Amino acid sequence: MAINNIWVFAQVSNGAPTSASLELVTKARSLGGSIGVWVAGDGAAVAGVLGEYGATKVYGVDYGNNLAGAAVASAMKSVIDGGDAPDLVMFPQSYEGRDVMSRLSVKLDRTVLTNNIEIVASGDSVTVTTPIFGGNTLVATTFTGGAPYLAAFRPKSFAPEASGGAAAAVQAVSVPDLGATGTAKVTAVHVEETTGPKLDEADIVVSGGRGLGESVKYEMVEQLAKILKGAPGASRAIVDAGWVPYSYQVGQTGKVVKPSVYIAAGISGATQHMVGMKGSKNIIAINKDKEAPIFGIADLGIVGDVHKVLPKLIEALEGR
Amino acid sequence: MNIIVCVKQIPDPANPGALDGNNALKRDGKLILDESDSYGVEMALQLVDAAGGGEVNLVSMAPNSETAGLRTALAMGAAKAVLVSDPALQGSDALTTAKILAAAVQRLGGADLIIAATESSDGYTGTVPEQMAEVLGLPSVTFAKKVSIEGGVLKADRQTEEGYDEVTCPLPALISVTAGVVEPRYPSFKGIMAAKSKPVEEVKASDLGVTPVGWDGAGQKITSVTQAEARAAGEVIEDDGEAFGKIVAFLEGLKVI
Repeated sequence: MAINNIWVFAQVSNGAPTSASLELVTKARSLGGSIGVWVAGDGAAVAGVLGEYGATKVYGVDYGNNLAGAAVASAMKSVIDGGDAPDLVMFPQSYEGRDVMSRLSVKLDRTVLTNNIEIVASGDSVTVTTPIFGGNTLVATTFTGGAPYLAAFRPKSFAPEASGGAAAAVQAVSVPDLGATGTAKVTAVHVEETTGPKLDEADIVVSGGRGLGESVKYEMVEQLAKILKGAPGASRAIVDAGWVPYSYQVGQTGKVVKPSVYIAAGISGATQHMVGMKGSKNIIAINKDKEAPIFGIADLGIVGDVHKVLPKLIEALEGR
Repeated sequence: MNIIVCVKQIPDPANPGALDGNNALKRDGKLILDESDSYGVEMALQLVDAAGGGEVNLVSMAPNSETAGLRTALAMGAAKAVLVSDPALQGSDALTTAKILAAAVQRLGGADLIIAATESSDGYTGTVPEQMAEVLGLPSVTFAKKVSIEGGVLKADRQTEEGYDEVTCPLPALISVTAGVVEPRYPSFKGIMAAKSKPVEEVKASDLGVTPVGWDGAGQKITSVTQAEARAAGEVIEDDGEAFGKIVAFLEGLKVI
């Protein structure tokens, strides 16, 4: 058995598949076989663009105000039980992706492998690679149970590239009766407006950490990010402390960023943070502890007090 | 209102991690309560208080009969715990872990609410809470950053890529909470003393009827461990009051300003 049929769980934002979803469809193409892409709602709306990236079929699931996890996993299970079974299901490492793959793994009694950055298929064997210890060590893991194999990938692991394929065929899939598991309902949706570029798309990211001392000092980070037309980010420590929302977090549990320039202000460089930013092209670190791990990966390291360096830097750049 | 919190006891993240001969994370030293789980314990204690009565109980899976992290959570105010500790569990994948913890929840007679962190701070698989919900046939709200219970219905703000959703869910249910959802209390001296005598029932996988487990039950095999290409450190300078100029020059060199 080779990998003949691959499913990708895609997410649609503002009417278009997210970049993380297109990355997975692109990668699926290189693994061979047909590619079925699962989306919420009307599959026809995105069948064109998904086809361009290599999808041969789009499964549209209208799950209304249900959470994606139980609803999409049940829909996938119903299609599998109907005889259309994938060899591999790829998920983005996102809130919805994680919920759907977790529910599906129990329904199919199959393991899941998460946080991957690479996948290799050889015959009927599939191996994925996960970075651990802050990305210093790479662990390759091969699925040993039967297919379908379930794997989630960190954003930006692959480059999205269109192949000019025709529009994908569309199949609407209804959500089976979910029983108790379908009783969680979304009652309101809130979109947090942000000005400036998105954290995971910005060309320059300025992040702050515990070294800022107090939450009000985070304004320096926002100010510097604004001057550089970049996005402000944060370490887990100050998100946990409630200084900034979770959506600012860069790291293993937050966003993965790969900007041209990453400025880490008052961040020591916990492994949890480094995984999310060490792919940046250039890294500048400011920290008063010269032993801080962040200096081990910084192109330019300033051993100094962020409260002294940042104001001067902001002043110098503002005058330009 | 009875709540069960899933807690993980992990190697201190302040120390560098290491792999053992089987390429599993070394867990033979002292383990501590995963800080991510302290938020769930605190949330549970507050919800039980708000409900006017009930118990917070714990489930955990750890090697070597480890209870240090459980004692911390008991000292915060949890009543009792079920610890699943069994050499046979070494090498278990996330799915097996979820089955084990779900069985431990059932051993405690279930609960109105089960709380877990969104992922552990050592393994980061991040699927166990939702897998447990599926094993137990429960609705779930993952990535909750604000939680309340009114009239037997759970209301939560659930983190999304673009912001957050308001979600309602009848009990019993399972939630995973993000770090920072509440401010965890420090155990009092009295709490620490009381925790020493609180009941911790230790069981094996076979007591829970879950098979296969460990390496045998895992649908995965680690095939290689390699060092990533190291990122070389660049120039590190001490700030003499003018180091900001170095940053300006560096940014100029990159033509981003």
